[in-house]
Amino acid sequence: MIFDGLNMDIQRGKVTAIMGPSGTGKTTLLKVIGGQLKPHKGTVEVDGQAIHQLRNKELYQLRKKMGMLFQSGALLTDLSVFENVAFPLREHTKLSESMIRYLVLMKLHAVGLRGACELMPSELSGGMARRVALARAIALDPMMIMYDEPFTGQDPISMGVLVQLIRLLNDALGLTSIVVTHDVREACEIADYVYLISAGKVVEHGTPKQLEDSSSEWSQQFMKGKADGPVPFHYAANDYIEDLIG
Amino acid sequence: MLDYFQRLGERSLSMLERLGRGTIFFLKVLMAIPSVLIRPRLVISQLHSVGVLSFSLIVIAGLFVGMVLALQGFYTLSDFGAEGMLGVMVAASLIRELGPVVAGLLFAGRAGSALTAEIGLMKATEQLSGMEMMAVDPMARVIAPRFLAGLISMPLLASLFTAVGVLGGHLIGVGLLGIDEGGYWSQIQAKIDFHEDVMNGLIKSIVFGWVITWIAVFEGYDAIPTSDGVSRATTRTVVHSAFAVLLLDFILTALMFGDI
Repeated sequence: MIFDGLNMDIQRGKVTAIMGPSGTGKTTLLKVIGGQLKPHKGTVEVDGQAIHQLRNKELYQLRKKMGMLFQSGALLTDLSVFENVAFPLREHTKLSESMIRYLVLMKLHAVGLRGACELMPSELSGGMARRVALARAIALDPMMIMYDEPFTGQDPISMGVLVQLIRLLNDALGLTSIVVTHDVREACEIADYVYLISAGKVVEHGTPKQLEDSSSEWSQQFMKGKADGPVPFHYAANDYIEDLIG
Repeated sequence: MLDYFQRLGERSLSMLERLGRGTIFFLKVLMAIPSVLIRPRLVISQLHSVGVLSFSLIVIAGLFVGMVLALQGFYTLSDFGAEGMLGVMVAASLIRELGPVVAGLLFAGRAGSALTAEIGLMKATEQLSGMEMMAVDPMARVIAPRFLAGLISMPLLASLFTAVGVLGGHLIGVGLLGIDEGGYWSQIQAKIDFHEDVMNGLIKSIVFGWVITWIAVFEGYDAIPTSDGVSRATTRTVVHSAFAVLLLDFILTALMFGDI
């Protein structure tokens, strides 16, 4: 079992960070919210609709209002940057070619990559690929965006750019953002509200300030990066002496 | 002993489960085909990578198989003074058997493995998940066009293989071994029956195209999204396709020519 008794409210128009150690199922949670995975029990409501009770067609309609930024960017490798951003527009709208061009260039300009529109995904750095993916995620002007570990493996400049973009786009476009991450500093910088999850449960939640000031051992360990605490340093094993001498 | 039966049962159940998943997958592909038919450009671009890029391999292989058939056939037929039948022997072997089967095996190695690797890597790099989250059905956008392209390409490639093979046989039989050119063609014309030979060969190649492309796209879609998983899936595509082609060839041959 990955989650048990997990309860969360994501506020509209805010940036909500979901943090927790690696392997706690943060990405799985995003897939559950996006309807890609179905929970055995419980409900997930997005914009008032119980996502796992929707029919396939209704789910796909709802997904048009949801953007998702994958950890790898998930750009289509056989299409150029321009075509990647144009992809959802071509699939879901009947806009003219000139209108698609305007929209794509505007979205790429918003992430600072208008000049890279002719490049192929293989020619982009990791940070650039994520920014292109972000431009693609906002192509259909969604109501919410889910970010899966957006800061992992980024150099400080790319990370700074992404941090700024997530906040800026959320406020400028009136989005609702869910950021799944384990980068405490960056998440606290942009999040309005933070959920800390571990072992399938929410162990703490509050504003970044509330969590930093929290006296709970769990918050202290995670927010300050302590090696040992409620999340033990040692993986569950037999007695050490017994293992050594047999 | 009990362990052995347990493992055997486990493997059989897992094989059945996989076959079931493959069948459900195939039904989903079928349901996605109408949406592809209204966007033929998707299929056309796949026809290029699945069919056109296999062209040179099929032509070269067909030419050599035809040439070898003529060489081998000539020495056997000449023992009976029946060299004049070389054209029929080459054409019948190619149209009925070697065209569909060898082209099928080559198609599985060239296009089938490429399809599996491409789809598997798209899965591993989250491109398929990305599409789903963009409200684009990967079945309709990725799988069905590739499936249709394979289904269309295979009979064309097998026909090409056969045609080039017959020309290869002509090159050796007439050009090198001195068989009468008129006899070569007229024997083919007289003995090869359109329904009995050509249509049955075509049906075989359509069936092989269906089974190879089905295996290839399913293996890619079902691959474990790691480099090792994609590599294993690619190998499985070639091995399973080869078995499926040979098994189906036997069944179809028995039904078509075996008076069963």
